[in-house]
Amino acid sequence: MTATKVIEAEPGKAGAPAGGASGSSVGAGLKQVLGGNLRQYGMLGALILVALFFEFASGGKMLTPSNAQNILNGNSYVLILAIGMLFVIITGQIDLSVGSVAAVVGICTALSINFWNFPWWLGILFGLFVGVVIGMWQGSWLAFVGVPGFITTLAGMMLFRGLYQYVGKASANPAPPEIRFIGGGYLPEWGPNTGLNNSTLVLGIAAMAVLIFLDFRRRARVIKAGGTPPALWVAIVRLAVTAVALGYITWLFGSGRPGTSFPVTGLILVVLALVYNFIATRTTIGRGVYAVGGNKAAAALTGVSVKKIYFLAMTNMAFLAAVAGVMYFGRATSTGPSDGVGWELDAIAAVFIGGAAVSGGIGTVTGSVIGGLVMAVLNNGLYLMGVGSDMTQIIKGLVLLIAVAFDLYSKSQGKPSIIATLARGFTPKVVEAELQAGVVPNRDLGNPLWGVLSFLLFPVGIVLWLTWRTDRPNSAKQARSGVIAALVVGALAGMIAIFYALAQTTGLFS
Amino acid sequence: MSGAILEMVGITKDFPGVRALDDVTMTVRRGEIHAICGENGAGKSTLMKVLSGVHPHGTYEGRIVFDGEDVQFTGIKSSEHVGIVIIHQELALIPELSVTENIFLGNEVVNHGVIDWVEARERAVRLLGRVGLEVDPDGPIKNLGVGQQQLVEIAKALSKDVRLLILDEPTSALNEEDSENLLSILRQLKTQGLTSIMISHKLNEIAAIADSITIIRDGHTIESLHVVAGNVNEDRIIRGMVGRALDSRFPDHTPKIGEKFFEVRDWTVEHPQIPGRLVCNHSSFYVRRGEIVGFAGLMGAGRTELARSIFGRTYGTYLGGQILLDGREVQIPNVQAAIARGISYVPEDRKVLGLNLLDNVKDTIVSAGIRRISRRTVIDPEAEIAAAEEYRKAMNIKSASINVGVSTLSGGNQQKVVLAKWMFTQPSLAILDEPTRGIDVGAKYEIYGLINRLADEGKGVIMISSELPELLGVCDRIYTVFEGRITGEMSAAEATQESLMRLMTDTAAA
Ligand SMILES: Nc1ncnc2c1ncn2[C@@H]1O[C@H](COP(=O)(O)OP(=O)(O)OP(=O)(O)O)[C@@H](O)[C@H]1O
Ligand SMILES: [Mg+2]
Repeated sequence: MTATKVIEAEPGKAGAPAGGASGSSVGAGLKQVLGGNLRQYGMLGALILVALFFEFASGGKMLTPSNAQNILNGNSYVLILAIGMLFVIITGQIDLSVGSVAAVVGICTALSINFWNFPWWLGILFGLFVGVVIGMWQGSWLAFVGVPGFITTLAGMMLFRGLYQYVGKASANPAPPEIRFIGGGYLPEWGPNTGLNNSTLVLGIAAMAVLIFLDFRRRARVIKAGGTPPALWVAIVRLAVTAVALGYITWLFGSGRPGTSFPVTGLILVVLALVYNFIATRTTIGRGVYAVGGNKAAAALTGVSVKKIYFLAMTNMAFLAAVAGVMYFGRATSTGPSDGVGWELDAIAAVFIGGAAVSGGIGTVTGSVIGGLVMAVLNNGLYLMGVGSDMTQIIKGLVLLIAVAFDLYSKSQGKPSIIATLARGFTPKVVEAELQAGVVPNRDLGNPLWGVLSFLLFPVGIVLWLTWRTDRPNSAKQARSGVIAALVVGALAGMIAIFYALAQTTGLFS
Repeated sequence: MSGAILEMVGITKDFPGVRALDDVTMTVRRGEIHAICGENGAGKSTLMKVLSGVHPHGTYEGRIVFDGEDVQFTGIKSSEHVGIVIIHQELALIPELSVTENIFLGNEVVNHGVIDWVEARERAVRLLGRVGLEVDPDGPIKNLGVGQQQLVEIAKALSKDVRLLILDEPTSALNEEDSENLLSILRQLKTQGLTSIMISHKLNEIAAIADSITIIRDGHTIESLHVVAGNVNEDRIIRGMVGRALDSRFPDHTPKIGEKFFEVRDWTVEHPQIPGRLVCNHSSFYVRRGEIVGFAGLMGAGRTELARSIFGRTYGTYLGGQILLDGREVQIPNVQAAIARGISYVPEDRKVLGLNLLDNVKDTIVSAGIRRISRRTVIDPEAEIAAAEEYRKAMNIKSASINVGVSTLSGGNQQKVVLAKWMFTQPSLAILDEPTRGIDVGAKYEIYGLINRLADEGKGVIMISSELPELLGVCDRIYTVFEGRITGEMSAAEATQESLMRLMTDTAAA
């Protein structure tokens, strides 16, 4: 008796694109595009609304390239802390020491470079090493001695703050250019003048390609497993919306003053978020983390080593705090006395706004990152409007309270957490849901061209915004459009190759 | 009908994706003991939750008439206000608090806004007297056995001036002696005029105590029986519950017993908190391939402790003894090792030890055997879905899909999920601790069949049960346990309830 593949693959039909929105109301259609419960998109919607609100309230200062770059550069390190904090919080613990740990790591990196003459990369490695050792120290107290994380890290907060002051002796240590690049740099300029930063453009196109690929593969998997994927038009609309959004983001970050691009810090954040989302949803370690947070005793009897999970969560948290510390060191260009002060609170707030449960067992990486972005945009928007830090604090506090209360309310209504399932857009969870629910009877994989076609919408996002922003010079606009079109054609060829390779392996077009 | 204290008319209750109750009607006469019978997931608990305000007015359709008046409860408090008190399927006492504190929890005896502990204690003593319980009212609940705790629950209900007492499977966790005792208390309270509604899967008890029986199947009222001296027996109830007569309670099985493959010698374990107290005292036993071995004993005899200490030493302090697998001594220091050696343990308390209530059915089923669907810690989502579907079907788990949360399943189906989780590890030795607790007759039959199938595949099964007929009906050989020692061993063919009972209670016989 084996557990694999009881569901026999059904012979797939190669087919013309079927579908069409015949007969379904707009509301139901929207629901399908978003993949189920509209409430789940609450936090993402909130993020967009907050951004738009400040865009108008500040007279267009929010959604400018330099401000967007600023927001990412100024918050990526907190969002990275939030990712680590999420895992700690899912296990039912908390880490109050991350700010102090980041500060210690920053100073260790700085001193090792400035006084021991370490090359910059060795300085970073040394900093990360210090972070991991600190994490193991705290993890050991929690896992093997049994001191609750709250206490362990409260002690750590004081201990490492003190250590930071002792080691740093209030000196300011400059960061070498390489580390400044990591903490606040931009991707290189190269190639023809497209009016956009070409690195950003390539990133955007690559991201879109990957998303289309994943959507396509997911569909193929559902059909192969004998399930019914949603109607074709649903997938197309979903991708089209994604394409426009990605196109816009590409433009937003790529059209800043020369020499700027999608920030390096943002890139680090995206990569970490993807990696940790994968760990949370697709690995046994991730399952273990959720299991320990959900029911420790049952997890232990299921073969999950609770101690190991605690230890890993704390060690990983300190590792990410170290990453954040190095990044901030680079951004601030030098160490300073208030490094890391209060960061733990921002990280914790992000995680809870993102739908995690205080009692553990619930939370997502995407949710936490979006939660952190909501706070960041709010902070930035209030600043743009000239609101003082006193009012900003008050508003942030209220937002935290209301967001969590709203989340609890929707949970008590039997609905899933607003965004607990938001992260599932491109993860296997959706495959299951669709396998189970069979949203619309439709067994056509469709022509791969639809994926390619939706790719064309990508520049639409850019062009749309280019025409809207009339403050851009016209000649540059035309130059841009031409080159973008050329790039897209190139990308299309690549996409088609991908699809056919995929089609061969899944045997759906045979 | 003037004799009716309660009428529930046309009750319909929907959950997302399931109609739990469909036009259910029920009448309870004043002063009777009214039993509700039905298969797992039939809707019994849901009906009682509607009645007690857990599912408040407005979340269901239909009318509730209590004492001649239409009532609309907004919550538990408002149903308690008119004298309807429910004792849930899972006990809700707080282990660390004292008996008195528990009895008056949420219903404190107050004097000018201050709790009057002297008065409370007085009353507690009187209430305990009414339920025939002689325990220290100041001692913590955790020191009491399950049977005693159940009586405390009743005392707590009595403290609220109860007029209609609802008991959801009060005896499922009790042994026969404690059950007997509880039933006689109920009879006694009946003579004092108390009306009660009782849900139970122990049909012999129902036949013995009930004045009327309402049978529910798939959310419909099937019939209501009035019991007049001997017109209703177990077979009659079963016929109503499953829609046909059940020829026998135990599936036919011809054991194919092979050689001895699992042996425990001189197993000695100390209580985790009380040094010097041995929960396993030089216990030795063995299991042969294809053999179903029963462990009989009173509550607290040390059967669970024995099983858990063998299963990766998850209980107590190991003092000595050996485990031999296929004649060779093996070390099983933790659960991972136990699973790797092909040992599985299905715990008796599903909510506390068996399930993470935040998980869905799929994640739970694969949780213990997660290695089977993952490679290098990365989970294969399709294999996972396939496995979960296979086991859901094999175990006949009633749920809308594998993606619904286990917390939404009926008690019996939760138990099946826990069983599925451990069957999925493909054990060579399955230790089942009260595997049929809270499970309906039909499902019990299925589980016995499953146990037989395991045995026929050449696996060993250890079954711990407090129901002697079940042990006699299913097992090939039975050990008796008394105060941590194995006091006897009998082949099931020659054992009788009486002979087992003697060994379970009388040390001299050993
Ligand atoms: N909160 C809930 N959300 C969704 N479905 C639910 C919920 N509570 C109960 N159900 C569903 O309602 C049905 C009836 O459940 P209920 O607990 O009443 O069964 P039961 O008769 O008490 O069974 P058992 O004997 O196993 O305890 C089941 O299909 C169950 O899955
Ligand atoms: Mg029930």
